[in-house]
Amino acid sequence: MRINAMISRIFKEMIRDKRTLALMFIAPLFIMTLIFFLFQSNTNTKVDLGVRGVATPIVKALDTDRIRIHHVGHEKPTTLIKNRDYAGVLTQKGDKLTLLLANADQSQSAIVKQTLQAATIKLKMQAAATAIKTQAAALQKLASALKQASHGAAQVSPPQPSSATASYQITTHYRYGSANSTYFDTLLPILIGFIVFFFVFLISGIALLRERTTGTLYRLLATPVRRGEIIGGYLLGYGIFALVQTILIVGYTLLVFKIEILGNIGAIFLINLLLALTALSLGLLISTFANTEFQMLQFIPLVVIPQIFFTGLIPVNQMLGWLQPIARLMPLYYGANALTGIITKGQSLSVLYPDIIALLGFFLLFLSLNLITMRQYRQV
Amino acid sequence: MTIQPVVQVTGLQQGYGQKIVLSDIDLTLKRGQILALIGPSGAGKTTLIRTIMGMMRPRAGQVLVFNQAVPDRLLLARIGFMAQTDALYESLTGAENLTFFAKMQGVGHEEMTKQLTYAANVVNLQSALDQPVKNYSGGMKRRLSLAIALISKPPLLILDEPTIGIDPELRRKIWEELHRLAHDQGTAIILTTHVMADAEEADILMMIRNGTAIAQGTPTQLKADYQTNSIEAVFLAAGRQQDAH
Repeated sequence: MRINAMISRIFKEMIRDKRTLALMFIAPLFIMTLIFFLFQSNTNTKVDLGVRGVATPIVKALDTDRIRIHHVGHEKPTTLIKNRDYAGVLTQKGDKLTLLLANADQSQSAIVKQTLQAATIKLKMQAAATAIKTQAAALQKLASALKQASHGAAQVSPPQPSSATASYQITTHYRYGSANSTYFDTLLPILIGFIVFFFVFLISGIALLRERTTGTLYRLLATPVRRGEIIGGYLLGYGIFALVQTILIVGYTLLVFKIEILGNIGAIFLINLLLALTALSLGLLISTFANTEFQMLQFIPLVVIPQIFFTGLIPVNQMLGWLQPIARLMPLYYGANALTGIITKGQSLSVLYPDIIALLGFFLLFLSLNLITMRQYRQV
Repeated sequence: MTIQPVVQVTGLQQGYGQKIVLSDIDLTLKRGQILALIGPSGAGKTTLIRTIMGMMRPRAGQVLVFNQAVPDRLLLARIGFMAQTDALYESLTGAENLTFFAKMQGVGHEEMTKQLTYAANVVNLQSALDQPVKNYSGGMKRRLSLAIALISKPPLLILDEPTIGIDPELRRKIWEELHRLAHDQGTAIILTTHVMADAEEADILMMIRNGTAIAQGTPTQLKADYQTNSIEAVFLAAGRQQDAH
């Protein structure tokens, strides 16, 4: 009954606070849309390459889908890069090719290198094909000469020139996602987890902080309410808002981005609820170490931002050895891992149970710490 | 059969960390009595109140409320409390604040409407109940806080500086109600104050200075003891005595 009163009070306060409502329900959609479009266009980018004195076959072999070729005069390559913002300049002296890369943007450098490599392979294959063709012609001549020379002798089958020039065809199948997958598909599960974690952390933390600074928490503890009922009211009240937020985000993902969710949607809700409860209990706990809203914000670079790096944006198993165990201290690492598993790999909860156990563990740890810290206001 | 006192404090010592805030406090409050704690700010009045409510465990000595040792969470259901600062939910209306705290205090569903009307009437807030508290004036907030303390009809009322920011007319009305509660319902009341006029209204006075009780008794008795005709003079004389020791 007291817990119900707590929840209904939190609801009333939330619904009347239009800004916070917008922050919780509209801001995430805005951010997701922005990120979605940010990762749409980058597949068609062309990179500028300056070319000087390079043999025409080589230039022709360069893949112009990804590279814009500029024939340049006698300026120094470094000056060209500086003044015209080229990704690289390719020059030829005799049979020696020199490539100068700007390397300000590593992805552009990679495109230039790949294109050049592809061109070299193409040229080598062409050369090999021509060589084989001439050899085959020579063999054929030889064979017919032999045939004429030793009439009635054993048949010599002419070599099949086609077999030597056979080109391999590669067909790619995608286990997860499709050929149209962008980095956004990788980012989406992480984003869903992060949004729930961040907003719930911030809003619930500030709500309890305000309750402390306005004295209502103290007033509340002057009633026979249990400390657990206060925390429980907070968890349930804001937990429901976190669920509504998840429904909104997931619905938006399905309807607007048309991204396929391979796993069970119910599993997403479960993981997000666990993430929200962890964020809630952490937010409530952290708020006891802050005296003003500004001090609460000061905890964001300390508590929230480091977690982003360990969500899988940068693959954790490629990190430095000593850095990897740190990931295991971050609730968001488990949340993002589970959500990625569900959304992009279609994994079921029976595979992801370690993540669930970890999140539950964090939640229970923060919860008990909350109950202890609240003792300073009332000792029973 | 002797009637058990509502609050019985014996040899209380209280403090925060290394600091001792209260020492050697003895106090007895019976049904229907009004006790005023007077003293300068920082003297330890609020600490004494917090201890009686069981928010802090007594460092030494004993505090019994309704014959039960504090701290005891369930005792809080029988105490109506008004804090020094108005602890209200600004975005909720007056009525919503009242209802919320009433539920927390354990007021049942059937009594809710009756209690709400009663509490709002005492403090003259009936017409403003549907407004959000953020539109209230300072005095209105103070009155709403008092109404919250009254809403569960508690047998013990603890009011921390209840008359600050309240106009003389309403102050009169509130005192009439407090006397009526004490007289008719047997409500025991503890209040802290700076205002000597409030002290005159109380049945028992306890003057606290530097963490100890420097004078204790009924207003008439104290005035007689110190041979003065005002409470203020008693306080000043008792203070001089304390410094002399």
